[in-house]
Amino acid sequence: MTELQAGQGAQPLEVPRIDARPQRYRDLLVALAAFAVLALLPMVFGSKQLLDFVIRCAAYGLFATSLNLLVGYTGLISFGHGMFFGLGAYGFGLMMQKTGVPIPVAFVATLAMTCVVAVVIGAICVRLKEIYFAFVTLAFQMLIHSTILSWQSLTGGDQGLRGGIPRPPFLGIDLSNHLHLYITSCALLVVGLLLMRQIAQSPFGYTLRMIRDNATRASFIGIDVWRAKLVIFVLAALFAATGGIIMALFVSGAYPEFAYWTISGEGIFINMLGGVTTFLGPMVGTVLLLILNDTVTRITEYHGIVLGIVILFFAVGLRKGLMDFVVEWFAQRRGEGRG
Amino acid sequence: MLEIRALSKSFGGVKATDNVSLDFADGSLTAVIGPNGAGKSTFFNLITGALRPDAGQVLLNGIDMAGKTPPEIVRHGIGRAFQVASIFPSLTVEETMLAAVCADQHRAGVMHRRFPLAETRDRAEHAMELLGLAGKRNRTAATLSHGDQKLLDIALALVLDPKVLLLDEPTAGMGTEERWRMIDKVRELWEKQKITVVFIEHDMDIVFKIAPEIVVLCYGRILATGTPDAIRRNEAVIEAYLGSDHHAGAVA
Repeated sequence: MTELQAGQGAQPLEVPRIDARPQRYRDLLVALAAFAVLALLPMVFGSKQLLDFVIRCAAYGLFATSLNLLVGYTGLISFGHGMFFGLGAYGFGLMMQKTGVPIPVAFVATLAMTCVVAVVIGAICVRLKEIYFAFVTLAFQMLIHSTILSWQSLTGGDQGLRGGIPRPPFLGIDLSNHLHLYITSCALLVVGLLLMRQIAQSPFGYTLRMIRDNATRASFIGIDVWRAKLVIFVLAALFAATGGIIMALFVSGAYPEFAYWTISGEGIFINMLGGVTTFLGPMVGTVLLLILNDTVTRITEYHGIVLGIVILFFAVGLRKGLMDFVVEWFAQRRGEGRG
Repeated sequence: MLEIRALSKSFGGVKATDNVSLDFADGSLTAVIGPNGAGKSTFFNLITGALRPDAGQVLLNGIDMAGKTPPEIVRHGIGRAFQVASIFPSLTVEETMLAAVCADQHRAGVMHRRFPLAETRDRAEHAMELLGLAGKRNRTAATLSHGDQKLLDIALALVLDPKVLLLDEPTAGMGTEERWRMIDKVRELWEKQKITVVFIEHDMDIVFKIAPEIVVLCYGRILATGTPDAIRRNEAVIEAYLGSDHHAGAVA
């Protein structure tokens, strides 16, 4: 279900809109508060498991939120967004293994490489409509996955990048130290979310919403629809790649599964779980999916069935993601309270 | 000045627009009428770039628009509203206006400020007030009445400060009373904004009452042009379209 349809379902309720002009620095304050909480977490709970969980949330959360920029805000249903997650992981891992440049340099270089690839793939894909866009993005995903598998001399084929990724300290940050890695991941997550929030709320974000709602009309008010779609496709790819880089740092390697289509599928799952009509929906979905994954795999080996049932519950039962549901519920209650 | 020169477009063997030449003077108000399938909407689609003409020119102040894309043509100053209100269902009236102005001012980049400048706000405000939508600014477009959605569609065209405004059946799907209110609005906009307005209309009473200039299309050709009086007396028009007793009311 697209956000448009989801929104239309809710429209008879006349969900009161949050004022379009919140205080200027609200998002920044929320981000700082969130970072402070995350940074203090290790002092309260020493559990390494919890910190690992947060690092994975950061990787998948950036990936899923960037996918929502395409799915929810622009109406571009990409089935191949995971390719950029994989590219980020492999690009970064290879750069660290082969060149030995400092981590920030490898980080920026990986994003630059992703940018170039995304421009090329995007230029081909965003011209296509709906289902064709979905399938061609999926095709590119498969292409990149196959390339990784078959280019054994560079990527290690189905074994992945083995032997660990060197993580030399820089600026006093030592990413082979678990706590440093945790804090860095949290910082990347918060900064990434803040930047994506800016994109979503900027005039450009509204251009995207217009394209999603009615691309024809958008072109008749002077918007270059193709260009706007390409820009968001590339930006979303950069954030997905950042997620991949966090993942590569976390597992100290990169594996073909990172670039497999199931990653894209999980991104779509997460968005369905959390909901695409709120900015933080995918973040909530990420936490949900990872918790589900971790608990269910501990109980049964048929975790796929359980996840499938949960997804069906959200898709068929609620017909929306958790955050959509919560926001509507609050809006309804506020409405009742008033009148 | 909007000049149409020998504009032609065929679909298969059907000539939807057949060698049409017309001049629309600056600040004129013109109604385009014609039976169903006369090529009225095709004519608009050719001018606005939705369709590419097979031949001919669309000159706005001497610059040829033929072959340009819709966004380019809009930026040259030809705005349009649609027969079926074409709006952004999930955006509020105010968001729609602000987003449109931002895009028009080239302020719709990723790093552009989230809180619109005063001049952006003023333009959006002005358009909302002109169309009487200021009181409904926080309503999402999907929840507006049919008539308000048509007004929003026109507001979207108008907020871009076009030189020429094309309205494809502004009164489509409206009841009699609502029609008159809409057409009064169109006339009011034309008088206030001093822009060139061309509109398609089926209701003859409306056309003869408010349009100083009328163009009659039939099978893609111009059957007649002139003032309401001239059109009323034009034999070809009477035969092809109006019928002998057009005063009976709406002819569609």
